[in-house]
Amino acid sequence: MNYFPDEVIEHIFEYVGSHRDRNALSLVCRSWYRIERCTREKVFIGNCYSITPERLIQRFPSLKSLTLKGKPHFADFSLVPHGWGGFVYPWIEALAKGKVGLEELRLKRMVVSDESLELLSRAFPNFKSLVLVSCEEFTTDGLAAIAANCKRLRELDLQENEVDDHKGQWLSCFPDSCTSLVSLNFACLKGEINTGVLERLVARSPNLKSLRLNRSVPLDALQRIVARAPQLVDLGVGSLVHDPAMETFAKLMTTMNKCKSITSLSGFLEVTPRCLTAMYPILPKLTSLNLSYAAGIPGSDLIKLIRHCKKLQRLWIMDSIGDKGLGVVANTCKELQELRVFPSDNIGQHAAVTEKGLVAISMGCPKLHSLLYFCHQMTNAALITVAKNCPNFIRFRLAILDATKPDPDTNQPLDEGFGAIVQSCRRLRRLSLSGQLTDKVFLYIGMYAEQLEMLSIAFAGESDKGMLYVLNGCKKLRKLEIRDCPFGNTALLTDVGKYETMRSLWMSSCEVTVGACKVLAMKMPRLNVEIFNENEPADCEPDDVQKVEKMYLYRTLAGKRKDAPEYVWTL
Amino acid sequence: MSRPLLGVVGDEEGQQSHVTLLVSSSSTMESVNCLNSSKLKERNYMGLSDCSSVDSSVPSFSDETKSNLNLKATELRLGLPGSQSPERDSDLCLRSSTQFDEKPLFPLRPVADDHHSSSKPALLGNKRGFSDAMNGFSEEKLLVSSDANTILPSRPSPTVGLKSSSMLENAAAQQAKVNEVATSKVGERPHAAKETRPSLNDSTVNNNSSAPAPKAQVVGWPPIRSFRKNSLATTSKNAEEVDGKMASGALFVKVSMDGAPYLRKVDLKNYSAYPELSSALEKMFSCFTIGQCGSHGNLGKEMLSETKLKDLLHGSEYVLTYEDKDGDWMLVGDVPWEMFIETCRRLRIMKGADAIGLAPRAVEKSKSRN
Repeated sequence: MNYFPDEVIEHIFEYVGSHRDRNALSLVCRSWYRIERCTREKVFIGNCYSITPERLIQRFPSLKSLTLKGKPHFADFSLVPHGWGGFVYPWIEALAKGKVGLEELRLKRMVVSDESLELLSRAFPNFKSLVLVSCEEFTTDGLAAIAANCKRLRELDLQENEVDDHKGQWLSCFPDSCTSLVSLNFACLKGEINTGVLERLVARSPNLKSLRLNRSVPLDALQRIVARAPQLVDLGVGSLVHDPAMETFAKLMTTMNKCKSITSLSGFLEVTPRCLTAMYPILPKLTSLNLSYAAGIPGSDLIKLIRHCKKLQRLWIMDSIGDKGLGVVANTCKELQELRVFPSDNIGQHAAVTEKGLVAISMGCPKLHSLLYFCHQMTNAALITVAKNCPNFIRFRLAILDATKPDPDTNQPLDEGFGAIVQSCRRLRRLSLSGQLTDKVFLYIGMYAEQLEMLSIAFAGESDKGMLYVLNGCKKLRKLEIRDCPFGNTALLTDVGKYETMRSLWMSSCEVTVGACKVLAMKMPRLNVEIFNENEPADCEPDDVQKVEKMYLYRTLAGKRKDAPEYVWTL
Repeated sequence: MSRPLLGVVGDEEGQQSHVTLLVSSSSTMESVNCLNSSKLKERNYMGLSDCSSVDSSVPSFSDETKSNLNLKATELRLGLPGSQSPERDSDLCLRSSTQFDEKPLFPLRPVADDHHSSSKPALLGNKRGFSDAMNGFSEEKLLVSSDANTILPSRPSPTVGLKSSSMLENAAAQQAKVNEVATSKVGERPHAAKETRPSLNDSTVNNNSSAPAPKAQVVGWPPIRSFRKNSLATTSKNAEEVDGKMASGALFVKVSMDGAPYLRKVDLKNYSAYPELSSALEKMFSCFTIGQCGSHGNLGKEMLSETKLKDLLHGSEYVLTYEDKDGDWMLVGDVPWEMFIETCRRLRIMKGADAIGLAPRAVEKSKSRN
């Protein structure tokens, strides 16, 4: 294609959206690299420390949308101590300095200060979309800045962030002239909001398609707000607490009846189960239902609800639904593609879920491709059945609450079960293991999981061989995270080149020593090998033979980072 | 099922036959496929004693002693922040507490329990997965990790004991700080668990989602985002607030005032009559009414007296209302104080104009209550 003028190639590239494809294009030849980099508008950076913002801006002058991920995944489970890093401010500062025409910023597991949000709101006149997932350190003051200054704001999506609620009137900071909102999600905010202000904001946002409220919005306000936005496609109900005998409740039901477009429903952080009937008018059209925060709904009500949801494709629910409830899901939701079952707090009050529920789902929902399943037990037989019924798994994450529990029927480890999964699901990209597991499961994974990109292991394996099977076998592995496994220095050091083909490796509570990490760091200068020493004084050099509590290594072009806290040693 | 795969590596036919082996060798395959069949023997590995009110698909067991033990266990819900659940409606609450105290929470040996063959004798180690393959490995690990001086302080102590059903299911409810639990010795375990109770209400503690799994002592397991855990904890706490059942005996309700930038909370138990409450509120919200005072002839702060505020609050400007259990907004003062405390969920100082229409309902309500 060398004889095509650049404009033609540019035009063709416009049709290529995915990051991977774009990355592939840029490797073909110099001119394609050049054309690709000048036309790329969306960039995805899976590890914010893998590259410097300056370098990014240099390569992609047309940058409009940036996605950044910060902390390692296990930070979600409190395994990464506070202050580790992942600060977004330097990025925003650099983008501002570089006069990038930023329109969209999506952050995950990053530390976002109010200053960053302030700067963000002022430096980019075309800024349209802010998505923050599992971030922290900002307050409603930062949100106020975004609301007040981003004149073209379309999307403000806050998912599961730790936000300090200063109880200011951040919602009031949206000027009357702001009518461009398409998506507003503040479900994770803990404080009260002014429902009158929200109502008016919704009323002047004709393009609003997605609205997710927090738990402070009472039922009457919910009714008024939804009444103003019958065009909604995605609704997050904060609270649904009321006496169904009240007039407002009847009004709500009428209002819901008028919402012909809602296909996604979530929230119910506070709920009186009787009030759920107000939602029944929209259930038959739902394709996505997230009740994973609705701790107040007993299993029987969940089941009643699910019976109406014949079109569901995505379901997030609590295990209070029970195996029986999952059976109902299997019979009703034939289009189901993604299922997540979260553990509830209730002990013994509700039937929890076991392998039976999963088997039922696999039999009833052949399109299932993504699973996150917290359960009390799992059997090899069940996993084998599931593997047979659902060969299309892309994500399979199993978390047995008792992390090393064997197959209760046979008392065997779950090697064979997971082996069946990887053998049958050739397109598997993400896998999380639990239960009693020996090295054998890793042999299976190494042999069969050819497309595997992310693997999470906990309390599994017997020897270094386990980890080696995986490192040798999974050619497409990008992220490997291991905790509490007997993998040691041999496993770590046998194939050091492998780590440059991966985004990152996390090992905690394993058998790896400081000395081995040092060797690795020396051999591979383009890796940052960080070890966390939370208990040693900062200036005390650990012995080479000492075991490392937590190690996180990642490939990088940015060199050793300068913002690491005292307890992080980059070797 | 445990036929080693190694022998068939690289051999296509061998692989296939192995697959077939995997699929068909299990004797329980048939039963798994027939979900409705009762061939699947339900075993109670968790020692879960499900209430008789729960559906029959839940495993049940007959061992009386064990049920006593475990029901006991479920009664002692140490882990859940703010959860007292005195209202738990089941047999679970019937057992006396003395039985519980007799048994240690984390028995080193499986309690005489014949329900499962998986009771490996006292493998004190959370690394059970590999410990049985490496004889003595786990033993050594235990010795190492039980020593607080090692570099692995956060590794769960061996005595966390990842055992299955012999563990009391209550143990799962211990959302204790792992470090606190982990570093205590076995003998101290029952006490440690109780001691940590006060700290369990702290939602910033690294709580594991309390599943009946007794191994929920481990940091970061089960792998649930802290945000999710905290959110659920708040939900259960709020549910209790609404019911007014707080262990401390306080009855905090939110007080909002129209036009004020933030809300306050008052403990209704601090007052024994309406005038006390009303003067407390006046004092609390005086800073907001000063602005209003300005429009009423420049009353300076010095001039604000209780009576003037009362006038403001009870005059045409503001009205004190409350939301009752039914969700209705009522005028404060109509019902006897005791009744008011029981039914009041939150207070609102409304502008007089908004309060029109409340009075009639209030009268109706108190009529229906009498």
